[in-house]
Amino acid sequence: MAALTEQIALTRTGSPARKKPGGLGDQIFRAASYTSALLVLFVLFGILASIAYGGWPAFREFGPGFITSTSWNIGREQYGALVAIIGTLASAVLALLIGVPLSLGIAVYLTQLCPGWARKPVAMTVELLASVPSIIYGMWGLFVFAPLFARFVQMPVSHLVEGLPIVGTLFYASVPSGVGILTAGIILAIMIVPFVASITRDMLDQIPTVLRESAYGIGCTTWEVVRHVLVPQASVSIIGAVMLGLGRALGETMAVTFVIGNANRLSASVFDPGSTIASRIANEFNEADGLQLNSLMALGCILFVITFIVLIIARLLVRRAKVA
Amino acid sequence: MDAVNTLRASAPPLKASRVRSGRRVADRVLVVASTLATLLGILVLGSILLMLIIEGVKGFSPLLFTEPTPGPGSEGGGIANAILGSLVLTTLGILVATPVGVMAGTYLAEYGRHSKVADLIRFLNDILLSAPSILIGLFVYTLMVKPMGSYSGWAGAVALAIIATPVIVRTTEDMLRLVPATLREAGAALGAPPSKVITSITWRGASAGIVTGIILALARIAGETAPLLFTALNNNSWFSANLMGGIPNLPVMIYQFALSPYPNWQQLAWAGALLITVTILALSIVARFVIKSERAR
Repeated sequence: MAALTEQIALTRTGSPARKKPGGLGDQIFRAASYTSALLVLFVLFGILASIAYGGWPAFREFGPGFITSTSWNIGREQYGALVAIIGTLASAVLALLIGVPLSLGIAVYLTQLCPGWARKPVAMTVELLASVPSIIYGMWGLFVFAPLFARFVQMPVSHLVEGLPIVGTLFYASVPSGVGILTAGIILAIMIVPFVASITRDMLDQIPTVLRESAYGIGCTTWEVVRHVLVPQASVSIIGAVMLGLGRALGETMAVTFVIGNANRLSASVFDPGSTIASRIANEFNEADGLQLNSLMALGCILFVITFIVLIIARLLVRRAKVA
Repeated sequence: MDAVNTLRASAPPLKASRVRSGRRVADRVLVVASTLATLLGILVLGSILLMLIIEGVKGFSPLLFTEPTPGPGSEGGGIANAILGSLVLTTLGILVATPVGVMAGTYLAEYGRHSKVADLIRFLNDILLSAPSILIGLFVYTLMVKPMGSYSGWAGAVALAIIATPVIVRTTEDMLRLVPATLREAGAALGAPPSKVITSITWRGASAGIVTGIILALARIAGETAPLLFTALNNNSWFSANLMGGIPNLPVMIYQFALSPYPNWQQLAWAGALLITVTILALSIVARFVIKSERAR
């Protein structure tokens, strides 16, 4: 008791025992967190700067013709990006054409049709598709999907359309091996489905139940509720989610490298092998040097510009989408 | 006249029934299509797992965990060096990414809620989150591999850290924002400086969420292949503590062995694929349960 009073007396007489908030440790902590946050900025600009630096010799050597040239000849040191750019865009667009309807279907099923007990397990299964590594998708695509695709789609369809105008070139496989632009598009579609579906589902869930109930109340069918109430409400976010999926499809590397066939050829048929920017970099980078290495870096630069424009649009549309 | 009358009498119900059947068809089509889409998603996951189990179990043996990868054309062998290398690379990656990510997330949630710089960083972090990992590989190649003259484990770890950081930043910020402001005010009212409030109140309140973010980041980088191709690469040697050379790791090993002409290499690739997929799916499921228990609390 005496000790306690003594202590109180001591604190009374001395300067305030409490340190002023905002001391040195506090400032260090704040500075550390600020530096960490700035590191994110640094990394993003570092990526752009390093790729632009590496690709600069190729841009200087070939000029704007780099983008419009279709040649990729290692022996003669002639490099052009057009085949890879078109392959990248074509496979990504095919992925959207296939993947977006699937994702919307899954989102509608999960929010409108699924019985309550099944909702969580089904949603989790679809989301687990997102965590499967892309190299596994590549192996699945090459060893499981491609043989089936060649046998049951490429061969019959090629027979059917042979000699017909337009579809005869678009869907004709000269060598029905199962790999090609369309196969890559299908695998990419499967890979973007979990992202687009889970963002769309979250957006649909956020729409006030009252809106949905009143639509059902005046006798709307599920289709009408989805078409006239839910989709208009969530359309901006859904487009954002689709753009996010597009960003993933454009830059996806390993899965595409397995199934696209890796040919430097501009073909009118979606069954023919091609290559994307990412698959070409993955394929050739380790053996490349000199101008070839610079050209691959320049390809990376083009990929950077394309994906970042898409991702910026996506993020502006869905300001706060889910993580990964 | 008579005919017109009958027409009038019969027309409305006819029209109505046509509309009704059209509506019913549209509705049925939607129900069937969206159910099929969901079934397809489940089927694909099932088929991937089935493929991995059928092909992977064939190659499973204790030797997998004790023997290093064999050279071209030689028999037998395991993937022990690749497993160890992957563990080292992901551990190093997470060890670098965790403090940076948590601190950056803390800045965004605690200090920079209304600042322009924080808005910009938040936006760019979200973009980095979905940036193609191959570009990060090219960045680290230019930054580290080229100046140092060889592929190295350090470069691989840095590439993985760069991929993991945005995930951790994002989840940390989201989780810190869920901590009620009253808790912070209570801490500040007791005289705690901001750093003390953050470390002993908000971090503690959001700990389960932050851990979830780290597990998610771990799951994300464990299977990354593309950036490791240009940084850590691979070799068949037994794992050494020297991270200056190429480091054997599971993803690149799977990539190289799966496309090789040797049956025993392919077998090892399947076993590695099964191992890595099961690990990652388990991590993702664990992350879900951690966050669920947090929400229930």
